[in-house]
Amino acid sequence: MTTVIAAPEQPPSTGVKAARRKGDVQGSGRLAAILLSPTFIVLALVVGYPILAALRESLFQRGQGLDAEGFVVEGDQFVGLDNYLDIFSGSNASVFWGSLWNTTFFTVTTVVIETVLGICMALIMHWAFRGRALVRASVLVPWAIPTAVSALLWRWVFQADGVANALIGQQVLWTTEGFQAKLAVIIADTWKTAPFVGLLVLAGLQMIPRDVYEAARVDGASAWHQFWRITLPLVKPVLLVAILFRMLDVLRMFDLPFVLIGAQKESVQTLSMLAYDEASNLRYGVAAAYSTVLFLYVAIVAYAFVKLLGADVIGEMRQAARGRRRSARLRLRFRKEVSS
Amino acid sequence: MSASSPSAPAKRRKALVSGNALRMVGVVAIVVYCLAPFYWMIVSSFRRPEDQFDNAPLPSPWSLENFRAVFEPDVGFQRALVNSLVVAGTTTLLTLVVGTFASYALARLTFRGKNLVLGMVITTSMFPTISLIIPLLKLFTDIGWINTYQAMVVPSLSFALPLAVWNLTTFFRQLPFELEQAAMVDGCTRGQAFRRIIIPLAAPGVFTTAIITFIAAWNEFIIALSMVNKKEMQTATVAISKFTGAYGFDQPFGTQMAAGVIVTVPLVIVVLIFQRRIIAGLTAGGVK
Amino acid sequence: MVATPLTKTLRCVVAAGTVLAMTAACGGGDSDSGSDSKGASAELTGRGPITLVQGKDTSGNVQKQVDAWNAQHPNEKVRLIELPEEADAQRQQMVQNAQAKSDAYTVLNLDVVWTAEFAANRWITPLPQEQFDMSKFLQPTIKTGQYRGRLFAVPWKTDAGLLYYRTDLVKKAGASGPPKTWDEMKQICDKVAKDGVGCYGGQFEKYEGLTVNFSEAVHSAGGSVVDDQGKPQVNTPQAKQGLDFLAEGFKSGFIPKEAITYKEEEGRRAFEKGKLVFLRQWPYQYALSKKSDVKDKFDVAPLPGPNGPGAPTLGGHNLAISAFAKNKATALDFIKYLTAPEQERANMLATSEAPTLTELYDDAELKEKYPYLDVLKESLLKAKARPEAVRYGDFTKAIQENAYAALTGTKSTDQALADMQAELGKLTQQ
Repeated sequence: MTTVIAAPEQPPSTGVKAARRKGDVQGSGRLAAILLSPTFIVLALVVGYPILAALRESLFQRGQGLDAEGFVVEGDQFVGLDNYLDIFSGSNASVFWGSLWNTTFFTVTTVVIETVLGICMALIMHWAFRGRALVRASVLVPWAIPTAVSALLWRWVFQADGVANALIGQQVLWTTEGFQAKLAVIIADTWKTAPFVGLLVLAGLQMIPRDVYEAARVDGASAWHQFWRITLPLVKPVLLVAILFRMLDVLRMFDLPFVLIGAQKESVQTLSMLAYDEASNLRYGVAAAYSTVLFLYVAIVAYAFVKLLGADVIGEMRQAARGRRRSARLRLRFRKEVSS
Repeated sequence: MSASSPSAPAKRRKALVSGNALRMVGVVAIVVYCLAPFYWMIVSSFRRPEDQFDNAPLPSPWSLENFRAVFEPDVGFQRALVNSLVVAGTTTLLTLVVGTFASYALARLTFRGKNLVLGMVITTSMFPTISLIIPLLKLFTDIGWINTYQAMVVPSLSFALPLAVWNLTTFFRQLPFELEQAAMVDGCTRGQAFRRIIIPLAAPGVFTTAIITFIAAWNEFIIALSMVNKKEMQTATVAISKFTGAYGFDQPFGTQMAAGVIVTVPLVIVVLIFQRRIIAGLTAGGVK
Repeated sequence: MVATPLTKTLRCVVAAGTVLAMTAACGGGDSDSGSDSKGASAELTGRGPITLVQGKDTSGNVQKQVDAWNAQHPNEKVRLIELPEEADAQRQQMVQNAQAKSDAYTVLNLDVVWTAEFAANRWITPLPQEQFDMSKFLQPTIKTGQYRGRLFAVPWKTDAGLLYYRTDLVKKAGASGPPKTWDEMKQICDKVAKDGVGCYGGQFEKYEGLTVNFSEAVHSAGGSVVDDQGKPQVNTPQAKQGLDFLAEGFKSGFIPKEAITYKEEEGRRAFEKGKLVFLRQWPYQYALSKKSDVKDKFDVAPLPGPNGPGAPTLGGHNLAISAFAKNKATALDFIKYLTAPEQERANMLATSEAPTLTELYDDAELKEKYPYLDVLKESLLKAKARPEAVRYGDFTKAIQENAYAALTGTKSTDQALADMQAELGKLTQQ
């Protein structure tokens, strides 16, 4: 059955396509509503309701004052946007901007490293003849280990008398404040998720027809030239999707710095950790405001990414299909360039 | 394969040999990179508790004590594994059923506000889990769901469903719906066409989504911890968090690593058995 | 076993000791109303099944005690709920349940520093102090269960820091016994702490242990973190002397630099590997070190201070009743049962966790099994509780931030203490 899918030689009749489009429109709205309603009911219950609760919460502040007998004065106060103002310019501002910087720093560094590593892995997996099964299986291992367990594992590796220091022959205090703590988090995170990027890129690579390379090779293009001019443009849609999903994930990073380095370490504190910390100190309003800000930040980054780089997340596969056609065009252009 | 291309000149063949060596180096590098920390996990789980902080590459002597500790009767780890299986399994099943409907609509139907719907499904997966817990805990306490499977399954859908909907949508988009169209022209209803043509074709994609969802649900911790307070109902990840050493302050790394190995190995085996499927699935059925 | 006769005896002993509570204690508890001046025990009604919520029952002894109770109280059975091992995770679960006003948790095993927060938020119920013979408890532990002078939690297990020292090295240095002052400690180290052997360690990672070690240093130097009114007092010469001891220690190498990553276990391993001459540590290490490479070469002593013995910080756990629970009368009886001498004694034999009842420290069998009991008792009687702060999480964070900055040299001790004073001041103003 897979052969059917991958058979690009059968160009879909445009006539049928046009007819189908028309046919779909009629009555599709209702069918779509029926098909989508279970998803929306579930999401409304488990995400929508808590999100609304959090939004409401973010406009309130829990009473912190004590009455004469020492009891906390109950009741939430409506404070409008005060929680948000506190975050951006008030008492929480320095912590917030620090965490925002950390979050952004982790996102940029880990995603860049994971992308480079992932592409390398994918290329090696793609071109490996022997040990292909082994390499694919081992790539999946980091992904399958529960995050909490892998965070513990890394904490252990990075202890003062742990194996990381034994290997490098120096005593680096990884879990203390400073750049080394960031580095430890980056190492642990890339280990766990670079394989994921690698797998998705591999998937993209496998959709590139081999004859494209053959042609390029016949024309005497160097390996680097092939990679830069053929491979990269063709895997771009898949790669962008992988990057986007990694970005969304790492922007919310929590467990890894929390377990590996510890709570309240400014050098690795992320926005999620900040929200957690506020909530655990019963400032639910502020915590909800942090969650909302983080939520918006993630959404903005995602939107900007999609807009700027043209990553059609949902339409990725359409592009991939288009990619096949484009590869033919590329091949032609390439020939022209080389021969001229 | 290009290696067997008969037209390749001798020079190319030589280059291929050295290229092969290079590839082997690459393969070894990847395997080492991915497996070294896992190796350390396994080695640590086989050390005796008193050797726990050795940095020797092999345990000496080997010991099963950590594994014994994991399966001590009062920990109830077997039961926890079963619970994890039930919760992750049910979550996966529900996610697939509900997600398939939605993805089919998103991939195949034309309707207004589609991009909005897609956007909403994806953005819901971006809200920090920690912020979802307290409202849900209140809700479930009120309706008496505490200590039930559904109290763990339903919130797990919050992250599983968007993931699955997105994955399935990309898979479905890639399917040759011309076939479906043809079947409908031949007199099948849309439902029949979906069942007879699309589902079999979509199987690899659905399968991959199932595994991805299962792994995500299997690794879930904070929801399971908050919604359940009976030992008989706790999941494996929660059980791991409750491992203790023989005394206060002791962090039983060895036991936790052993438990980590125990929960990871089945997943790795599944992944090994189905790796072709997964990789095929991740490429949305477009491989070879 | 001993459960019923014991609890009956206990109830009646307690009842005989208090005039007001007589009917309540022996009569079943349902009938009393207004017997307590503050109306506290009026709320403690209802009998039936309850739960006991705590971290992991490591030794299985709590389950044994629960089983014994259940055999005697078939209609008031207790179910043990075990929470994750991490203290923060335990607190988080308890807070979440309180936020949801869930009745799932009845008797809460609270860390001593949580009392004020739980009491002020009305998550736990005031307890009738007159029904417990408070004179039998170690006096410093009682305060940890009180908030604004009212009893909210009954001391169950206690803890205090001790100085673990290497007897062989101290002897080699020519000292007659364990050091009583910081200077004596340094003098001993000057002679023997070389070749990879560090001098002094404690818990200096940025977590609750740092608050413990910091307040210990301040108290030992004669200062205090807060005054009797709960106002911060860290901008004092005594506090500076205390913090300087630690910060200078790191600077001069008297405390090894990796000690900044030490929690309890890291320090224990360093000590047992022979990498430390002195270690500030809780009593739990004693039995473990007796099985280690230094088993015949160490002993414990009270913590030193600048001019004589120091003042350790109290740890431990207390038992409280969730405000949202049902069957509070059963819960109260169950707390009385767990804090009775027989049960505390059995618990110590099984777990080595120190009891809160004074009489057990003179128990011959316990003393034989735990040779450090005299030292521990001496330390406990001098021990100081950590501040009673409703917003303890913020409070301890302000201490940790600034103490950590001083220890790592990013702030001078003067600056750290001034900042700490200001931040703590803000927290206690409200």
